[in-house]
Amino acid sequence: MIKRLWYGLRDPLRLWLAPERMRAEGTTPDYRFSLANERTFLAWIRTALALVAGGLAVDQFLTGLRPGPRAAIAVVLLAGGALCAVRAVNHWLRTERAMRRGDDLPLSRFPVLLALGTAVAALVVVAGVLLGELGR
Amino acid sequence: MSADRRPHGDGPHEDGTAVRDPAAQPERTRMAWRRTTLAFAAVVALLARGTLHDGGPPQAYAPAALGALVWLGFLALAHRRIRALDVPRPGPLGTRTAYTAAVCTLSVPIFGVVVWLW
Repeated sequence: MIKRLWYGLRDPLRLWLAPERMRAEGTTPDYRFSLANERTFLAWIRTALALVAGGLAVDQFLTGLRPGPRAAIAVVLLAGGALCAVRAVNHWLRTERAMRRGDDLPLSRFPVLLALGTAVAALVVVAGVLLGELGR
Repeated sequence: MSADRRPHGDGPHEDGTAVRDPAAQPERTRMAWRRTTLAFAAVVALLARGTLHDGGPPQAYAPAALGALVWLGFLALAHRRIRALDVPRPGPLGTRTAYTAAVCTLSVPIFGVVVWLW
């Protein structure tokens, strides 16, 4: 059990702690593919920044809500932004390595989870605004 | 970018057939860095608004000041990468640059929580 966990964790840990070693593997892909991967990384960074902006905006502009729920929504959005930033690097590293090795590109459930999370957050904010207006 | 530094294949061939423009790749990546820096500036401005709006003791402005510093760091990082992209065949993004960019981004929600806790 512990052995299996170790084997599962060893690869991502190595990738995270010694990312430069990735460059020793395989062959350098066409620079256009690397640049496309870089732009995808930057797009994810912007997504992270957008979530952070959403969190800050909820805290600053949703003043009709009580402080408790408002802070909860804001913190969830900020945490989502942080998670998105970490995941951006991880995905960039994995894609870069897959391209060097000639493997298939890594698949991920993250976009689906993010879409669902964003939809839920939007509905909660709408409900919050409506309740705030009604309670006035 | 001067014409002699453009990679071959940029623009129409001698026989008149237009080819796909490989130079647009560095260009698009350069603009992606610019957009990201701009988005970063907007988020830091929102963070600053939160602290300035609340008023409070001078140390309450610290997260906003740190956010502005981090943004300057990100601007410098983006500028370095944009300069590195201004060659016909740019090398891949360095892992250290990617890590630094992500750490800069990560620091903003942390400052946001600090502002909220204050």
